[in-house]
Amino acid sequence: MRDAGTHYTQPLDKPVLKLDGITKVFPGVKALDAVSFDLRAGEVHALMGENGAGKSTLMKVLAGIHQPDAGRIVHNGVEVRMPTPLAARASGILLIHQELSLSPELSIAENIYLGAWPTNALGILRKRKLNRDAAAALHSLGCDYNPRARVGTLSIARKQMVEIARTQAFNANVVIFDEPTASLTDTERDQLFATIRDLQKRNVAVIYISHKMDEIFQISDRITVLRDGKLQGTVDTADSDIDQLTRMMIGRDLDSYFTRATGQTGPEVLRLEGLGCEGCFKDVDLSVAAGEVLGLYGLIGAGRSELAEAVFGIRKVSAGRIFWMGREITPPSPRKAIDMGLCLAPESRKEQGLVLGMSGRDNITLPHLRDFSRLLMMRRTHETEVFERYRGILKIKTSGPDQRVADLSGGNQQKFVLAKWLCKTPRLLILDEPTRGIDVGSKSAIHALIAELAEQGLAVIVISSEMPEVLGVSNRILTMSDGRINAEFSGAGMTEQALIDAVSAPT
Amino acid sequence: MQRSALAEFLRRNGLLVGFALFVVIVAFDAPAMLGMNNVLSVLRQISIVGVIAIGVTFVVVTERLDLSVGSGLTLLTVLVVEQHNALGPGGAIFMTLLAGAAIGAWNGLLIGYFRLNALIVTLAMLSLLQGLTLWYSGGANVNIQGASESWFPVIGRGALFGIPVPIWVLLATAVAASILLGRSRFGRSVFAVGGNETASNFSGIDSRAVVFFAYVISGVATALGAIIMGSRVLGAQSTIGQGYELTILAGIIIGGTSLLGGTGSIWRTVLGVAMLGFLNNGLLLMGYAYYVQWLVTWVVIIAAVWIDLAAKRGRILA
Repeated sequence: MRDAGTHYTQPLDKPVLKLDGITKVFPGVKALDAVSFDLRAGEVHALMGENGAGKSTLMKVLAGIHQPDAGRIVHNGVEVRMPTPLAARASGILLIHQELSLSPELSIAENIYLGAWPTNALGILRKRKLNRDAAAALHSLGCDYNPRARVGTLSIARKQMVEIARTQAFNANVVIFDEPTASLTDTERDQLFATIRDLQKRNVAVIYISHKMDEIFQISDRITVLRDGKLQGTVDTADSDIDQLTRMMIGRDLDSYFTRATGQTGPEVLRLEGLGCEGCFKDVDLSVAAGEVLGLYGLIGAGRSELAEAVFGIRKVSAGRIFWMGREITPPSPRKAIDMGLCLAPESRKEQGLVLGMSGRDNITLPHLRDFSRLLMMRRTHETEVFERYRGILKIKTSGPDQRVADLSGGNQQKFVLAKWLCKTPRLLILDEPTRGIDVGSKSAIHALIAELAEQGLAVIVISSEMPEVLGVSNRILTMSDGRINAEFSGAGMTEQALIDAVSAPT
Repeated sequence: MQRSALAEFLRRNGLLVGFALFVVIVAFDAPAMLGMNNVLSVLRQISIVGVIAIGVTFVVVTERLDLSVGSGLTLLTVLVVEQHNALGPGGAIFMTLLAGAAIGAWNGLLIGYFRLNALIVTLAMLSLLQGLTLWYSGGANVNIQGASESWFPVIGRGALFGIPVPIWVLLATAVAASILLGRSRFGRSVFAVGGNETASNFSGIDSRAVVFFAYVISGVATALGAIIMGSRVLGAQSTIGQGYELTILAGIIIGGTSLLGGTGSIWRTVLGVAMLGFLNNGLLLMGYAYYVQWLVTWVVIIAAVWIDLAAKRGRILA
């Protein structure tokens, strides 16, 4: 164990860390394609890109969680490998996760030194030394927490400080922050930034991942942008602006890529008035009409998925009124929602959307078991007919009705999620992140389908964190931030800049 | 990822292959094993475990456990005997099935609707039922009175077309349960909840009710087992079902129903229970001491889960 207090000193311009041609392939997706970038001691280097651009994968490669399929990592001038997260931490690279990686039942000190506790010759934990070292690490960050306190009792900001204390405890020279401010208040964010500046003064190199433009410009020295797993370039923050970064992040001609419904709207299908849900969102007013595609844009944690789940009956509504086809209804159960034609294709297809061990056919009919059975018995042939119909319509690549969906690619799995809801023509379809993690070809097929469905008179709500997607498919867009709908855009008003401004506006 | 055909075949049928080998070995050593009398006698012996295991399979497919079936069997056997003497056979059977359903419903309420941990709830239930048995019977042995005038003993001791009635009960239960699990709307929901409970809820399936009814089925199956038991023994004592929960679970696991939920079948459970029965029978016939059965059961359970896992991940070790 090295003492907190001694630090690496390096000339400022020499890279402390260099990534060279890092490639990482997951089944069906090239998550990183020959990405190179370098990190100087004492700088804050922002990493930007849309969801799925490869930022998190790159950082996991650095932190020893994933092994690259090609490429080199050069750390302090030596080529290294990071076989495990512990190895990465031992060499001074520390990843601070978006969802913090702390054990709530352990003490602050035990968490700081998680997996590297000081022990005596008999393997007995040296509690006094542990608590003393932890107190020293916390003190150097200006925190006076009791190292014996249980982590579960701390606020999120304080938990984050406990993670940051590891930088002192392990004498880290590279610290990666993944969306650190997602659940912080403004004051807590300012404290975090002060801590980052402090790290910077001690010559620690910081990688800062965030979607929030204002933060990037406030804290970073240089910015590297990724898109679809490829490096788009590194720029000095001082010479850059929001427009340039947005172009680098999105970088394609939107109109040729997306299909938008004509926007001939019919009667209103769903209207929400002042809808609220404890701890998720409040005062949500929203209405969507037949034939319309309504986009719902916002950052992760803004409350969009929670809103969809509340309308669908998975979450309890605590305030407000719901109108369905012009008539007020009580908050439905999922069963009732499905029966009246309100369907939700949820955010996580593996956890919420599909029963992976079941066949494609059984997954399609799962929400409609009553319609596919007679005298309590399932009608197999009828199920197979519907399976074959949607296999054709959605061009699903599967070996047959009995193939387990677990064995299919993400894009084909997503098509099964859609088929589940389409096979009993709904009136309103809420699509939460309909194209997350699927390849470009399947993406545009799903976008075309959304437009087609709307033109057939379906009301569609598309929730997405991918700005080009929301801009490309929607007739109207609502932005959500901190659990509230804060702006509405339509027609020519729907621009990237407008959306960015709306969701990153301080609240 | 494509598994090799052999690995896949072994995963699906490995135990059957092993069992066939065992039968061949025993048949050389003790040909009596394959005689009609012995086969029927083994099947009759396993019928109680088999019937209950069929019910518990529903619970296991929902990714839960029922450890209360052994002491449920004890209480319900005592109940059927006592009630036979009070109400006659028809009333006793009705009361026992009702009580079995109630035990299952109570488990199902706590586990399905209150979301309590299945292991703990059914372990606590095991204790509760044992206590109720002792309270109800006063710890004394109970016996069927006037057995010669009642038709009740036919269930456990009679035969139809030369085949013992318990085997017919097992067969009928298996056919009905297999249709319920494999072909019905409820059965589909059981698989869905066991495979992915969250996704089932997002598909409008009330997983609480599905879990509830799985436990009710387990309770009713236990009552059915108790009726066979009471009729076979013509009496009961407060230890009569002890240890059954483990044999039942072993049969289910050996049959290949995963404790991770979402997969399994009634016929596999019957097969697993039967294999265990013939294994023990074969060892006895070959002259091994009784304790050897317990040791071999360990081998078979470990082999069953290990073959399944090893074939799934394509490696022997984790």
